Amino acid sequence: MRFVPLAVAGLTVLALTACTAGKEAPPSLGAQPKPSGSASQALPAATIELWHGFQTDAEVKAFEEAIAGFNKKFPQITVKTTKAVQDDQITQAIRSGKAPDVAASFTTDNVALWCKTGAFQDLTAVVKQDGIDLSVLPAASRSYTEFEGKRCMMPLLADAYGMFYNKALMKGNEPPKTLSELTRLTKELTVRDPDGTIKVAGFISSFQYYENSPSHLAPMVGAKWYNDDGTSAIGSDPAWKQLLTWQKELVDWYGYANLEKFRRSLGDEWGSAHPFFKGKVAMIVDGEWRNAMIANDSKAKSLDYGTAPLPVADDKPDLYGSGFTAGTVIGVPKGAKNPQHAWELIKHLTTDTDSLVTLSNALRNVPTTKAAMESPRLAADANFKTFLDIFAHPKTSTLPASVNSVFNQDSLSTFLVTWEKGAVKDLDAGLKGVDKRINDKLKLSGG
Amino acid sequence: MRARPKRREGLRALLWLSPWIAGFSIFFAYPLASTVYFSFTNYNMFTLEFVGLDNWRYLLQDDRVWVSAKNTLWLVVFMVPAQVVFSIGVAQLLTKLKTGVGFFRTLFYLPTLVPMVAGTVAFVFLLNPVGPVNQILSWVGIAGPDWFGDPSWSKPSLTALAVWGCGNTMVIFLAALLDVPKHMYEAAAIDGAGAWRQFRSITLPTIAPVLMFSLVTAVIYALQYFTQAMIASRVASGATDSAGSSFTPGYPEGSLLTLPQWFFHAAFRDSNMGYGSVLALLLFATSMIFTLILLRQFRKAEEVHS
Repeated sequence: MRFVPLAVAGLTVLALTACTAGKEAPPSLGAQPKPSGSASQALPAATIELWHGFQTDAEVKAFEEAIAGFNKKFPQITVKTTKAVQDDQITQAIRSGKAPDVAASFTTDNVALWCKTGAFQDLTAVVKQDGIDLSVLPAASRSYTEFEGKRCMMPLLADAYGMFYNKALMKGNEPPKTLSELTRLTKELTVRDPDGTIKVAGFISSFQYYENSPSHLAPMVGAKWYNDDGTSAIGSDPAWKQLLTWQKELVDWYGYANLEKFRRSLGDEWGSAHPFFKGKVAMIVDGEWRNAMIANDSKAKSLDYGTAPLPVADDKPDLYGSGFTAGTVIGVPKGAKNPQHAWELIKHLTTDTDSLVTLSNALRNVPTTKAAMESPRLAADANFKTFLDIFAHPKTSTLPASVNSVFNQDSLSTFLVTWEKGAVKDLDAGLKGVDKRINDKLKLSGG
Repeated sequence: MRARPKRREGLRALLWLSPWIAGFSIFFAYPLASTVYFSFTNYNMFTLEFVGLDNWRYLLQDDRVWVSAKNTLWLVVFMVPAQVVFSIGVAQLLTKLKTGVGFFRTLFYLPTLVPMVAGTVAFVFLLNPVGPVNQILSWVGIAGPDWFGDPSWSKPSLTALAVWGCGNTMVIFLAALLDVPKHMYEAAAIDGAGAWRQFRSITLPTIAPVLMFSLVTAVIYALQYFTQAMIASRVASGATDSAGSSFTPGYPEGSLLTLPQWFFHAAFRDSNMGYGSVLALLLFATSMIFTLILLRQFRKAEEVHS
């Protein structure tokens, strides 16, 4: 039986050559030195695979429409889409060499890992080669799509976070511009029973409330997550302390137990029982997509509400108008069979004004480029416009890419719960503890 | 010439054993060996690098390992006995029933058929702070707790869920109880033994092997407790993974973070397979120790019985 391994080896070689001999390999990434306009006809016909996370019929339809626009430019390329794909499926496919040509992700959490390990191909060279001006994207969008100088993703659509307020519950007050105004209004607008039971809250200051994650509230004080070397800046940036001190004061004004009881009695964030829909809270922090949810809810659509940027620290008025942003990212995985075709599709989806406006109008998310935001075709009423402005604001920030992104957010959130319930004696020491946790983990991941 | 048949016999034994040996090495020895190997590496599913004892050192710094180990241990100490006692109790009652045995047996077994996730979601809903259960409690003047939202109530609430779904154990106990020879009870009754005495001196020794088996499986199950805790945390916290927000496992306040969950997050959420392997080995060692102790007791109980 000694000939068996030999025979197997021989067959393998035969099979391999047979596979590659028949046809030419598709052009590699960046194989078209000409600008995209003239390159369109030069690409050979191919079918490319695209995985995305959209799920509902309306979303999928909107996305197919954007791809139809691409097909007008490149009729020889057929795009086969797979919907409702999640990050771990993408990672798994790349590992097993069965990656699609294009993959999109809803979260920016894995961007660092994907860029660092080369799981997604570096697009720096092709971006330069095709003369794409990335300065049409806000700095925040550029930052969540690259890691350590490798641009392995492009932003597709973005979310921007700001404030929603219920006009009836505001009792004629303008939305707050500073944290002290927010505190004052919260105290004024909150309706409580004599025993402290909350009926209507002005603003829910708990970090555990739906969208009140530390990353969404950090822009109010301009707090920084990381130092330049990727280590945690939470313990050393005084802005965090400022945010936490302000927040705790307001929690204590309600009484932690009262606020928790109220928070836990609130309806589901994604259903029609949302406390903002029900008039149980006057001001909330939320993403631009809440506009669409209000419009699509049979009862809430009559709600008289307004939107505004987040209130900011009293001593940092220049932050006003900024907010948090993140969004859908799209790139070419390692092992893509038609990388150049894939890049043309990504280029179309992420930089073509018409395509971005179509998607934005259908999905009610923020389009990422300047031209798309200024397009007259973009449906933007005053409440939606607020978020376009937040997104375009120079001080708007994001959660920068980090290999342990979710772990780091989890570390801070875990600490914040003990903080707001009053179990932390020394805030400085507590925040240093968060630093240590993040830095220890960073070391472990070889960063 | 004598050695030959022996050798042939050895080979034959090996041949008969080969399916088992193959299964053992492919599905147990090999994965275990690679887990040990990975525990000395920094492996993020894409790149692998040997890092020596770094992952093991990190184990000592990771405070949430101890939080989750304590939670898992709590389940072993409280949830397992609760399940076993409840199952024996219900089974014993069923043997005493004169009519409707079939009906009640089905009734108590039914929850086992409910899918784990659906059962957990239903429990979290029924026990939400303003939910039906607290509503009913308020009618009799009791202010119900926030079952899945209060860290001191969350594990007992999960225990209630486990007790509700222990139909499998109950059926096993029922079979064992029906196997106890009737004449022994009659003899004991003549000697003047009461119900408790009969249970202690006749029932318990007779069903001891079944009891041990149930304990061993329940302990192993508790050490691997994952799905219900994770679902309860998710549903009760109301957290979703939208842009810039993330789910903090173990809600409320880490009280439902079990060791398998922490392992899952370290390995698959943080893409840290090396450290995940350390946690997996820790879990394996713990299960092994518990199983060995229980098996030894099991053997003792069997010897006494025979």
